[in-house]
Amino acid sequence: MDQQLKAKLGEFARQVRIGIIESTFQAKSGHPGGSLSIADIFSYLYNVEMNIDPKDPKMENRDRFVLSKGHTAPALYSTLANRGFFPVEDLKTLRKTDSYLQGHPDMKHIPGVDMSSGSLGQGVAVANGLALGAKLKGADYRVYAIMGDGESEEGECWEAAMFAAHYKLDNLCVILDSNGLQIDGPIADVIGPAPHDEKYRAFGWNVIDADAHDFDSLEKAFAAARACKGKPSIIIAHSLKGKGVSFMEGSVGWHGKAPNEDEYKQALAELGVNA
Amino acid sequence: MADVVEKMATREAYGKALAEFGAKYENLVVLDADLAAATKTGVFKKAFPDRFFDCGIAENDMINVACGLALSGFIPFASSFAMFAAGRSFEQVRNGVGYPHLNVKIGGTHGGITVGEDGATHQCNEDIALMRTIPGMVILNPADGVEARLAVEAAINYYGPVYLRFGRYATKILFDENYKFEIGKGVQMAEGKDVAIIATGLEVEQALIARDLLANEGISASVVNIATIKPLDEDLVVANAQKCGCVVTCEEHSVIGGLGGAVCETLSAKCPVPVLRVGVEDVFGRSGPAKELISYYGLDGASIAAKCKAAIALKK
Repeated sequence: MDQQLKAKLGEFARQVRIGIIESTFQAKSGHPGGSLSIADIFSYLYNVEMNIDPKDPKMENRDRFVLSKGHTAPALYSTLANRGFFPVEDLKTLRKTDSYLQGHPDMKHIPGVDMSSGSLGQGVAVANGLALGAKLKGADYRVYAIMGDGESEEGECWEAAMFAAHYKLDNLCVILDSNGLQIDGPIADVIGPAPHDEKYRAFGWNVIDADAHDFDSLEKAFAAARACKGKPSIIIAHSLKGKGVSFMEGSVGWHGKAPNEDEYKQALAELGVNA
Repeated sequence: MADVVEKMATREAYGKALAEFGAKYENLVVLDADLAAATKTGVFKKAFPDRFFDCGIAENDMINVACGLALSGFIPFASSFAMFAAGRSFEQVRNGVGYPHLNVKIGGTHGGITVGEDGATHQCNEDIALMRTIPGMVILNPADGVEARLAVEAAINYYGPVYLRFGRYATKILFDENYKFEIGKGVQMAEGKDVAIIATGLEVEQALIARDLLANEGISASVVNIATIKPLDEDLVVANAQKCGCVVTCEEHSVIGGLGGAVCETLSAKCPVPVLRVGVEDVFGRSGPAKELISYYGLDGASIAAKCKAAIALKK
């Protein structure tokens, strides 16, 4: 990847992270940890990979996106806002009673949100329907979904995994945010859903490993997904929960907690904002 | 149709209707979860194999796949037994279909105790109650094969989530080919002045039997068919309550949260009169032939007639 693009993607991801911190601080609740871990993925998806138009959010031939791990809405909202779907200033209204920015994605009221989500385990099945729908229509748009590694403990994920492989949904690309942590602790301690690569391979998927914070790695992974025919692809994106804010990194406690005033200031300072 | 077929299970009408309307509506697609032979969606599969998708024994995935197809501009009918479509997948229906108000149709067959010999695990007496609690959900429970066919087409032409309930047990054809079905409109099947019987699904046939039994004793019963349980035809319900002064509701469903619940909620606010509910009491079902179970659970015409006399006795 050329350095100019890499710098642009890095800067966009930094802005996404600032929006995550700003919105969860203002809301006094929300999920910063798992939002920060997917900021770089969102930067790549919405600036390079996906065919989208912020001026025409319902463009017929756009690529579709489902945030299966819907609690990381702050990352999606910050991405959409920084991409021009709605004002960045609105991020400060997250979770407020009179705001359209609901705690979890609401497709009815938020430009750029293709499907409401929040209840874990359902997003990939919806993406299956979108991918199947595209094939039925003879449309060439692609379908993307981000799910969590903890989320994979939901049985429906594996129902969806069977469906996608059976119907050869090669226009579907799932990104599994492999940050290793869930609410009750490390995923290995809670119930141990790993190894994801072997499981998805056994389910008939094209499995691709990537570094969730390295744009060269993401570029290669998405290209490999695009090139694969006859199978759905899953990118196991190895990430650091809380990435970009030192005291949130690798910490279970920052799954669903907002920063207080001091933490907010420190987080913004680390992200290069002069408060 | 009515003069050649005397009895038909509404699930039969469902499968035939899907195949019939598949030709007329090109964006109609059908999903099933390994029960196509029982839900009768196999009839559609045979006619339109490219628009039928078996999801395997995975109802939750099926409901969410239907969401994605609806988002893609298709009209998906996701089909399984009521127990699994509305029961197992309640949360997928609530969050995936209901919350974003997607154009998904859910065909729940084998509703109620007339599933018969399979027994309690497969006899869903709760689906109407579950579906009623979802904002914006339309619930259709046709009384016979003619109404079932028309309900399918009405659901196709309505934009939004619809739950359709169909039965396994063959029941009498009540309507002829001139019958016009409209979502949200009940049907006055017979006029009467002493008691209003408000029935749904296969209980409409039993309500008409009860009316004849009561007539023999000089009691005049009004009979209303409510095929759309939500939104309820409140005007028709209130008008019958005002005219008769007491009401008996009849459904092949729990007495909790179904048609009886809906009617009580309306009448308590708009026309408080005595209401007695015929339905499955707060118990699980059991194995047995459907016809016997209808009597066993007090859903037959004679039981309804007895309940009507009790309701009349409650009038001031």
